[in-house]
Parts: sequence; C-alpha cells; structure tokens
Amino acid sequence: MSEKKCQTIEEKQYLVRFNADTKSHLTVMDADICLNHCPDKICTIFCPAEVYKWEEIRMHVGYEGCHECGSCRIGCPHQNIKWEYPKGGHGIVFRLG
Amino acid sequence: MSEKFDCIVVGAGPAGISCAYELAKAGVNVLLIERGEYPGSKNVMGGVLYRKMMEDVIPEFWKEAPLERPVVEQRFMMMDKESAITVGYKGMEWGQEPYNNFTVLRAKFDQWFAGKAVEQGALLVNETVVLECIVEDGKVVGVRTDRPDGDLYADVVVLADGVNSLLAKSLGFHKEFRPDEVALATMEIIKLDKKTIEDRFNLEENQGTTIELFGDATKGILGTGFLYTNKDTLSLGVGSLLSGLIKHKIKPYELLEYVKNHPMIRPYIAGGEPVEYLAHMIPEGGYKSMPKVAGNGVLVVGDAAQLVNAIHREGSNLAMKSGQFAAEAVLLAKEREDYSEATLNHYKTRLMSSFVGQDMKKYKDSTHHFDKFPQYFEKYIPMANKAMSQMFTVDGTSKWDKQKKIWRDVGTAGEKLKLARDAYRAWKVMK
Repeated sequence: MSEKKCQTIEEKQYLVRFNADTKSHLTVMDADICLNHCPDKICTIFCPAEVYKWEEIRMHVGYEGCHECGSCRIGCPHQNIKWEYPKGGHGIVFRLG
Repeated sequence: MSEKFDCIVVGAGPAGISCAYELAKAGVNVLLIERGEYPGSKNVMGGVLYRKMMEDVIPEFWKEAPLERPVVEQRFMMMDKESAITVGYKGMEWGQEPYNNFTVLRAKFDQWFAGKAVEQGALLVNETVVLECIVEDGKVVGVRTDRPDGDLYADVVVLADGVNSLLAKSLGFHKEFRPDEVALATMEIIKLDKKTIEDRFNLEENQGTTIELFGDATKGILGTGFLYTNKDTLSLGVGSLLSGLIKHKIKPYELLEYVKNHPMIRPYIAGGEPVEYLAHMIPEGGYKSMPKVAGNGVLVVGDAAQLVNAIHREGSNLAMKSGQFAAEAVLLAKEREDYSEATLNHYKTRLMSSFVGQDMKKYKDSTHHFDKFPQYFEKYIPMANKAMSQMFTVDGTSKWDKQKKIWRDVGTAGEKLKLARDAYRAWKVMK
C-alpha cells in the first residue's frame, strides 16, 4: 500500500472559517421537484462543500458550510434553488487564498 | 442614511478596488462596498498576479504589497495516469525588477490593496450586501443594501460584484449563466517549509514556480489544475466546467484529492499540511457570454463582466484594467455632467479596443471548442504520453520502427485524418 491517503470533505471543511448566519441564504423552492422529478440529485454531487444532502424524502441544506460559489444556482437542472448572499459579514471567511 | 456619493463601487476585488482607487485619486467622492468581513475574505484565485496591470494602478507596488514569490518559471504538464510531458520556461529576467508576475494570497493582498484606495480617499464599508440597484426612470441612481435604512445614492454605480454577477443579471444585462459558461475550481493551501519548497522546485530565495496541469489532472474532462509556490505554502487546485462535473458526476473535492495523489504531483506536496480549502467559480463563457457592460448610471467590470482569458489563466489583470477604464468613463461623465449610457459607453469602447477586448475576441471559441470536442483531453494527451514513452524507452527497437509503431497506434486512416483535422481546428480557435 502506498502512502495514498484521501482527505474527506469533512476534514477539508474543518480548515475553513465560517461565521454562519442564523438564517439560510439557500432555499429549495419546491421540495416536490427534488422528491419526484430529480432522480440524479446532482447538486449532492457537484457542490464543493457537500451542502446538499438527500435525506430519504427531503433535501437537507447545510448552508452553514457554503463557500458561496454559486454552482448550485447554475447547476440545478430545475432552477429550483433560490440563491442569495448571506447577510453582510456572514458566511465563509477566507483567511489565506 | 440616505447619502449621496459621486460613485458607488460594489465589490472590493481587483476590479472594484482599481476603480475606486483611480476615482479617489482624482478627487471623486467614492464609496466602496464589500460584503465580506474584510476585502479578500470572499475572494479566491489560483494566485497569479500580473505585474503590468497592477503597476498601472500603483507604480512599484512590489516594494510594499504582501506578495508571495515573483514567478521565474512557468511549466505546463500534459498528464496521463502515471506520466507527464512537461514543457516550461525559466528566465532570470522575471526574478528582478520590473518582474513579470507574482504569486499572491488574496485575503492578504486584497486587504492591502483596498487599504491603498482608502489612503487615496475612498470610503470602504465592509459587511454590507448590495441587494439590488435602485432604478428610477430607466437609470441606476443608487443601491439598496442589507443595512437598516440602507439606500445609498450616487451619480453612477460600478458593479464589481464578481462571477455570480447577480446585480447585472437583475438589470437584465445578462441571463443566468449556463453550466458550460462557468468553471468550478477547488483548491487547497498546503503549508510546507520554505526551504523544502525551494529545494523541490529548484528555486532560490524569492523565486517562484507555477505549474499548469492538463489532461489526467481533470480525469480527461475539460479543465486544468495548477500548483503554485507561495512563500511557505503551496496553492494546489483544480477546475473544470460545471457542465463537465455534472455530465461525469464527479465530486470536485474528490477530483482535488485525485490530483493530490497523482504520482506526478504527490512528491511536490509530500509532508505538507493543508491549512485552507476554497471553492470558487470562474467565468469561462468568454466573449460570447459577456453581458452589457454600460447602461444609464451603471458600469460592469471584472468577473461580473466575464472578463477572463481561460486559455492564459488571466483574470485579475483584466479586472484591474476594466476597473481603470470604468474610472476613466466615470471621470468623463462627471466632466460632462452626463451619466447616460451614451457617455458611459466610453468604457466599453476603451475596454474592447484594449488588449482585454482583443484577447476576449481572440479566444472567443476556444473553451467552446475544447468542450465540444473532448478528444483533445481524453485521447490526444494520453496518446502523446505513450508516444514519448515509446520513443525514449531503449529496448533494441530501431527509432524508425518506433516511429512507425507510434504512427500505427494513432489508428486507421480515418482516425489519422481526424487527428490532422483536430490539430487544424485547435490552431484555428487559438490563432
């Protein structure tokens, strides 16, 4: 076995500073679309922070760990995500890059 | 706080700060609004800052700006699974004044840059989101912020709100971007001892290297990776069109892990400790995706105007130039006391006749081309790797026989013709 080791998304997210708002800036507009019309649930794949997690019958939106990149708004095949910026001063705080 | 400014700039990135700096320097009453805790706290790039366009704003900035390393070597790796063809250029002229480009960490750099604009007299307000432009009689007259009583007025508003460009969209200047018009990039800052970085990258003190990664870095889908040297960290990232991630159902952070564990990359970062993980979008639609950039009382600059040259990994320099041109147009409008689209369109004219517009036009079809024809990344890069391997492996076969085999391996006559046609097409979209 080589020294290959993979870091999980949880480990990556742990490296980032967040100043989460109490209210989500991401909203799934129609829950029925996710449940009945979106077999791929592709947002759970391409979101770089794994904000979207499918929980049996509903989409869990972990907005607290959002990088505010905007991919979900553009990549949702049903344009079913209302995307706003978190309140001023809230959300992700990059310290370096 | 229903105050009135000469100009409001939304977003403290390279475009917005450049614009605010120039205006403040000219004595204009300018407000710079940033939604993050500080300028740079929401801003991400791989890390190459081009000297020329920065110097056009602040001469000899390298004497005081928080930079990482002047880049003396640029390498390009065409990667297969366990091999790579590398080309590059290293030149000592890049290691001395006036330099060519530098690696930077944006959270530090943007704070410093915004501070310089403040020194010139710009008013910087952090932690404030602009929700929408205030439009009266078909003219932008101010912005609505998320502060209590947060309406602010100005003669002209400059939208430097970044790749998502929500404000220009709400004005109808562009439609929502498609997944093939944006790239999603993830990167890590990896802490590594300064001396180790210099040894591994064959550098002396205050010298840096950039390596661009093509091919297997993105598992053959359209995109690139990059590995840049900072003072005592490395920036390693990978980006690909959002449409590619969707089509191939790839998790971006798994792609990043794949690159980190690639045998061509692993030795560079061995023993390093990841200290930050970042994700950001890059506008890659090019010229054809550019929005309307000037309207009545409003201008659009930087990423918000899709100003990125993806082929040459340039963006912050285009942003700075656009910010400067926008400032120029604002000054002209102020002089004429006319902030109509007709006057502000001076910005568009200047932008499109400069290298910014020229390069946007030159590469208008390139991303689309490589997206439409995946064989370049999927097939030709591995093919070239195999050819190099065969040519340089000494096994008693004559070089003529090797060449014949390589040519045979390209495939049938039809496939050879296709290769020739693809080579011509690639040249055509890049020329």
